[in-house]
Amino acid sequence: MFLWLAIGLTGCREDELVVPTEYDIIGDENYRSDIRGFYLVNEGNMGSNKCTLDFYDYRTGLYSRNFYAERNPNVIKELGDVGNDIGIYGSKLYVVVNCSHKVEVMDARTGVRLGQIDIPNCRYVRFYRGKAYVSSYVGPVLIDPEAPKGAVFEVDTTSFAITRKVSVGYQPEEMEIVDDYMYVANSGGYRVPDYDNTVSVIQMIDFKQVQQIPVGINLHRVKKDRYNKLWVTSRGDYQTRPSRLYVLDKRKGYNQMIVTDTIPVACSNMAIKGDSLYYYATEWNNYTSSNTISYGIIDVRSKEIISKGFITDGTEKDITIPYGIAVHPETGDIFVTDAKNYVSSGTLYCFTKEGRKKWSVRTGDIPAHIVFLPN
Amino acid sequence: MIKKIFVLLFLFGLSGISVCIANEKTESDAKERKEEKGEKKERKLKSDSSQASDTLGRNLKELVVTASRPGQDVIPAQTLSGDELRRLNSNSVADAMRYFSGVQIKDYGGVGGIKTVNIRSMGTNHTGVVYDGVELGNAQNGQIDLGQFSLDNIESISLYNGQKSEILQPAKDFGSAGSIYMRTRTPHFEEGENYHARLTIRTGSFDLINPSALVELKLSERVNASLSAEWINSSGKYKFRYRRVNPAGELAYDTTAVRENGDINATRLELGFNGSLPSGSWHLKAYNYNSERGVPGAIVNNVWRRGERIWDTNSFVQGRYNGYFGRFSTLNNVKYAFYRTHYVNNDDKQIKVDNLYKQKEIYLSSANEYEILDNWRASVSYDFMWNTLDADVYGFVKPERLSQFLSFATAFNLDRFKVQASGLGTFIHDRIIGQESPADKHVFTPAVFISGNPLRNKDFSLRAFCKQSFRMPTFNDLYYADMGNSKLEPEKVTQYNVGVLYDHNSQDAFLTAARFSTDIYYNRVNNKIVAYPKGQQFRWTMLNLGLVEIRGIDVTGMMTLNPLKDFYFTLRLQYTFQRAIDITNPADNYYRHQIPYIPRNSGSVIGNILWRGWSLNYSWIYVGERYNQQENIRYNYTQPWYTSDISIGKDFRFGKVNLRGMIEVNNLLSQDYDVILNYPMPKRNYRFAITAEI
Repeated sequence: MFLWLAIGLTGCREDELVVPTEYDIIGDENYRSDIRGFYLVNEGNMGSNKCTLDFYDYRTGLYSRNFYAERNPNVIKELGDVGNDIGIYGSKLYVVVNCSHKVEVMDARTGVRLGQIDIPNCRYVRFYRGKAYVSSYVGPVLIDPEAPKGAVFEVDTTSFAITRKVSVGYQPEEMEIVDDYMYVANSGGYRVPDYDNTVSVIQMIDFKQVQQIPVGINLHRVKKDRYNKLWVTSRGDYQTRPSRLYVLDKRKGYNQMIVTDTIPVACSNMAIKGDSLYYYATEWNNYTSSNTISYGIIDVRSKEIISKGFITDGTEKDITIPYGIAVHPETGDIFVTDAKNYVSSGTLYCFTKEGRKKWSVRTGDIPAHIVFLPN
Repeated sequence: MIKKIFVLLFLFGLSGISVCIANEKTESDAKERKEEKGEKKERKLKSDSSQASDTLGRNLKELVVTASRPGQDVIPAQTLSGDELRRLNSNSVADAMRYFSGVQIKDYGGVGGIKTVNIRSMGTNHTGVVYDGVELGNAQNGQIDLGQFSLDNIESISLYNGQKSEILQPAKDFGSAGSIYMRTRTPHFEEGENYHARLTIRTGSFDLINPSALVELKLSERVNASLSAEWINSSGKYKFRYRRVNPAGELAYDTTAVRENGDINATRLELGFNGSLPSGSWHLKAYNYNSERGVPGAIVNNVWRRGERIWDTNSFVQGRYNGYFGRFSTLNNVKYAFYRTHYVNNDDKQIKVDNLYKQKEIYLSSANEYEILDNWRASVSYDFMWNTLDADVYGFVKPERLSQFLSFATAFNLDRFKVQASGLGTFIHDRIIGQESPADKHVFTPAVFISGNPLRNKDFSLRAFCKQSFRMPTFNDLYYADMGNSKLEPEKVTQYNVGVLYDHNSQDAFLTAARFSTDIYYNRVNNKIVAYPKGQQFRWTMLNLGLVEIRGIDVTGMMTLNPLKDFYFTLRLQYTFQRAIDITNPADNYYRHQIPYIPRNSGSVIGNILWRGWSLNYSWIYVGERYNQQENIRYNYTQPWYTSDISIGKDFRFGKVNLRGMIEVNNLLSQDYDVILNYPMPKRNYRFAITAEI
């Protein structure tokens, strides 16, 4: 009876509070930079509704963890389930929330919500001439209901209305735009073992798919370098065919991209600054029951691996699962996130361009995507 | 705070006038109640069931008797049975399990929601669930959804920590870290009776329609039969509410919505035959459960409805033979089970899924006991089991498993002490298609149980046990698509438990029964099987990576008062403290944190009044604060919840027909809570039942 009384008195429910923001002092301040800070999206495990947004402010040296709910307390069930991408265009911040089937639009300086764009199973966002483009696993018309093709949606960045959509390959992922053409990496991840292996080419003027370039199976990332070459990653089939990195370029005098090189490394994610492409790869090894993690730098001109590791002080041993990568456009600081076991707080590491750890901070669950906020 | 005080006042008000007949009774009570003389070993077959449900007067007497035989088992079980079970506001076996100490329920909400049970934080897969003497299996994921078992035909539910302290039992029963025994009603006929029939209709919230019927026939002096049938239909719709305030106390949002896609349409059919032989007995049972359910899914931002559906067909036939020949006794079981699960995801925003899973199981068991001396018995049991899983999934390896279990057990009954020791050898061989089969596994797990009355007073006893057990990785752990890992080792548990029990009974006194028990335990889970990320988005594999340490205290108390003639008042309390921590790796940021969904404090109070055919039952369940992920940080904090349920029943008699009406109100204070994050539970809801019995 007393025990029960004790429970009754101590363990009662209280009003459920809006998820509070936490602050960490980092102290890596930089007043003169044109970069004011950066946003980091934590994906959150599926079904947990724990997609969260963090911000680092170079003017105050403060890291704000999980600030969305406090900034937008009236949004029911907060930011959503499984963040998948982030982007800034003009004064607006876009977060793609995959399992909430929406793109959340906020004011880039304040994080205050401006609206949302409902797009089913949306994956990545890119911008071009006043429009946002969002890839989606679900096509606008279910031609073949058994295997619906994916699509790219065009969204007006002032009205947030979907203006056009185009059907592409199966389960499209990242996109990149070069000379009025958009290149979309198709994964076909829902069609195991019949993965898609193409990059869709969309002519932006009439928003039509004009070509599908065969590249490799289960494509994921597309990044362009400053020479307008495309760097495309394949995840492989996780069994016999390993992950690879492909280079697409135009032949002289032609307007068509073709695969010019296959870099013999596995690549999970990459970031390009200047002539350097920083990458990492996580590959599961069935034989040892462990992940093989590798890092490296590729010179985008020579397409050669110039370094097998950009972390030079041994910190890579602390990183369980690298999950996101970004390079500061001015200082060249390298950011790597560690997703650990997917269901606990991750860590964000900041390295100098020489590869020495500057600082690290606790993040939300599955820290993954970073975007820099210009001043 | 005001709410808090209100809850307490309310409780006091009620507990002052309320009663319950729930008790922690020993399995061997059945033995004491059986009328047959001479067949001293027939305890397992003898059911107390039919006696428990005829008329209220008899019930009462019976229940008092029930509470009065402690200490026959080395470790007594926690049991809910007969009318006490019926009076609890419970839809399913899982709901009733909430009243046991040391148990955590995962409840995804609603009539059709999945409900699994975890004993003493060791994990659902370590819980054996035994239905009428044979363990229910699920080789696919190792978890039994207790939400599927309605209480309609269940006569008693018992929870055993460690194992049931019998030595004449199937080898597999020595294997689980904790077990739940469900027993269905067995016909029992008085002189001159040839049949019983019962019809029940339940209805209430969630558009529930739930008729059930039971017919029992006496086929001959030695053989009787029973047929039980039930239909459950419910839309599963209920209102739930999410409300948040900002730190200044202003409302941030407050939204109420209706839970969708939680409908269920299920039928259950059970046919049983019981027979007695000159030196033994037999039992045959056929069981079929068919359901179509919506899977309500997590409520997340912008998603309020999902498109997953599951069709289940679970069928089994099982038979049992007991024989007693002088000092030798034997117990033999056979079972064939077929489980079919059809899973469809119709959500046009997600990947289309349409998979069919088929499981088959054949089980043979022979347990044999010999009484070497009057106070020394020994047993040998051998079980053979064959499981397969087939699925129309790409690259499915169609696993097949042959398991053999061999156990030795012995029991000494000294003057004031009882000792039991057992050892179980398990031999597992898996075969898969298209890949190399994993190596065979052999595991030996011992257990020792001791109890005694150190004082001359028989009311007071001490008990202790230590036990090793393990769980095999399930087919999903080993072979599921590219998530499974065929190199997994069994997950091992070691348990240590010491406890005291005070149990006092006096038939006609004011204080009819009083019982108090406390157990302190330490458990360790080694090689815990956990999901481990493979690097790309949500690609996982399973690894033997976890190490968990559990320290706990279970306290139960019960008393029955009889202050006036025909007036019984029972109060039952139960409290559990658990500190279950993850000690896998000091580098983890959740090192030594409480594991997910295990509250430190939980408990329940049941109060019950019986008076001349009236019954009033009040129950209060409390589950303390928990964390929904490994890390104990505020982003993973889950609030405590506590619900009050109340029921009023009345028995009538019209000639030969006994009628009983019941009104239940669940979640009386309409608390908005989640047991599992993002799976909201129903607000206040109602149920009405009418039962006619001849």
